[in-house]
Amino acid sequence: MDLTWSEREEAFRAEARGWLEANVPRDLASGNTRAGFAAHLDWERTLHDARWAVVSWPERYGGRDATLWEWLIFEEEYYRAGGPPRVTQNGIFLLAPTLFEFGTPRQQDLYLPRMAAAEDLWCQGWSEPGAGSDLAAVRSSAVRDTERGGWLLSGQKTWTTRGAFCTHLFGLFRTDQAAGRHHGLTYFLVPLNIPGVTVRGFARLDGDEEFAEVFLEHAFVPDANVLGGINQGWQVAMSTTGSERGLTLRSPGRFLRSADRLLELYRSRPSAALRDRVVQAWIDAQAYQVHTLQQITGITEGRRAGPESSLNKLFWSELDVRLHETALALLGSDSELDGPWTRGFLFSLAGPIYAGTNEVQRNVVAERVLGLPRR
Amino acid sequence: MRFALDETAIALRDAAAGLLAAETSPAVIRAGWPGGAQELVTAAWLKLAGLGVMGTLVPEDRAGLGLDENSLVPLLEELGRSGLPGPAAETIAVAAPLLEGGHLAAVLAGETMVAAQLGDGDLVPYGTSAALVMLRAPDGLRLYERVDLALEPCVTIDGSRGLARLTSPPAGGAGTLLSSDPAAVETAWRRGVLATSALLNGLSLQMLELTVGYVKQREQFGAPIGSFQAIKHALANALVAVEFARPLVLAAAWHQAAGSAEAGLNASAAKVAASDAARLVARTAIQCHGAIGYTTEYDLHLYAKRAWALIPSWGSQGWHRARLAAFLGVSGD
Repeated sequence: MDLTWSEREEAFRAEARGWLEANVPRDLASGNTRAGFAAHLDWERTLHDARWAVVSWPERYGGRDATLWEWLIFEEEYYRAGGPPRVTQNGIFLLAPTLFEFGTPRQQDLYLPRMAAAEDLWCQGWSEPGAGSDLAAVRSSAVRDTERGGWLLSGQKTWTTRGAFCTHLFGLFRTDQAAGRHHGLTYFLVPLNIPGVTVRGFARLDGDEEFAEVFLEHAFVPDANVLGGINQGWQVAMSTTGSERGLTLRSPGRFLRSADRLLELYRSRPSAALRDRVVQAWIDAQAYQVHTLQQITGITEGRRAGPESSLNKLFWSELDVRLHETALALLGSDSELDGPWTRGFLFSLAGPIYAGTNEVQRNVVAERVLGLPRR
Repeated sequence: MRFALDETAIALRDAAAGLLAAETSPAVIRAGWPGGAQELVTAAWLKLAGLGVMGTLVPEDRAGLGLDENSLVPLLEELGRSGLPGPAAETIAVAAPLLEGGHLAAVLAGETMVAAQLGDGDLVPYGTSAALVMLRAPDGLRLYERVDLALEPCVTIDGSRGLARLTSPPAGGAGTLLSSDPAAVETAWRRGVLATSALLNGLSLQMLELTVGYVKQREQFGAPIGSFQAIKHALANALVAVEFARPLVLAAAWHQAAGSAEAGLNASAAKVAASDAARLVARTAIQCHGAIGYTTEYDLHLYAKRAWALIPSWGSQGWHRARLAAFLGVSGD
């Protein structure tokens, strides 16, 4: 056990803190609205120009070759400085790890730099009207076009976060209709501006067009847009959902910062009846932090995060809802007003749903960690 | 940064776990209850002492292992898991590092156990059986022979705790002064908190394991009840609680060993989390067992009752939350 940072890590933290304090934008409109999204893109490009957009990536793709520890430090400093949620996160945190693992060198060179620079904006094409928690029920199809050397994509994706603002989609399509549920799926990289693709934005609880439906009618993509092997999509996708449920999407820095904000709120509007809930939020954020330190140690020593990542997802998503509910209770009648806590509360309700509902996560934990029988 | 057990901590934990698995059956736990064959419990402690575990925190020049809280916590987790009756936290974590001479030798040999009450209460766990009792006196920590104290046995939820009530405080100056240094008193207190938190996590793991084993076998409606989502979700929630409490206890141990300014804060957070987790796990375990979990013939209650006894010990959740609130600057209203 050694919970101290090295000199190099402390220097990295100091550099990140200095830059973030000088550059984090104040009073940015919500990135969940069409108007706010543009301002967030400016912020993403500012981050990229200073090489803070994707710190853990190789330098040649715009990163700093930062270690996992340095990434964790950056995230802590990012939220500490009041940095906004990253509108590029589905690309840089979900698709990128998959591209690093399964992408060809050409795919990596083509997509990663533009993703880091927020020139390409990626959304996730998993859910369909009939395939939410049951992702393997995906029906959208890819039919072989031998003549043109590619695939014709058809079907409907939905609840696609920021789909209306994005330029590209990564998603699962059925390439073998005869194969069983998890088989016969292929992972495709799809530009949203090609013929046959229609995107319709619609409102989420916390924004104006932050969800989208994506309709595909014989939309052609070349073979080069397949990520991983044909009919290997499930395995490739699971590597992404592992990232989504586990470390990458939800770094502890965000919850540590939320817990600090809750303490500040309590000090400005104390209420003895709510004190223990405020303290509990702080304990929970600490627990998530040290659990993450334990997990990163495991990863750096070569142990791969498996179904345990579902434990993470359950913990942070439930803690986020409880923390915001406590804030609303402290705000009392003011909690009805629009504001950061109310918006944060609405956003927190998405956590137990996206990346696999918490009910599905509990099944994963019970079956794959505790070893209980499947039905 | 490295958040993982060191080799020495692993070696000590594994040695203790192996011995406890062989020596501590539920029959041994039952032997610690009133009317039980107490010598079975004594024999297990003697064997355990043979590994040197009683001297975990005792410096090597006093015949101890010279280890710190980073090794203490995983050891105590195994002791908790085993359910072995006895003042494990009080003797190994709190008293042993403060003892000298004949008392220390007897404790290291596993022949003498030490009960302790360092809080505000007058209940002394194992106050009916431990030869020595450590109390917080006005001038510091003092050690007494049990027979010199006014201790009255109490009937308690966990019959193997040998609880006693101190009916009148010892006369000032009685017993032996172990330390009058406020920092040493605080260290002893935090070690008790940490060790008890680790015991609770071990008990939680034991209860979960028993329950998982049971729900895989027990069939109702033509299927193992562990295949039902109602059971799966309850046990998944219980596991989440334990797996997020455990690193908090390890982190608190590191802060204590490193002399960090945040050691007190972390110890309180650890105790709250381990207590909350144990309460949830005990409740879930009994519920998932159905009526068999509500019998004393089945072993689950041995662990659940220990947990319920430890949860309010070394500072209840309320006490630790109040302390955290003060640390965090949210105590006023």
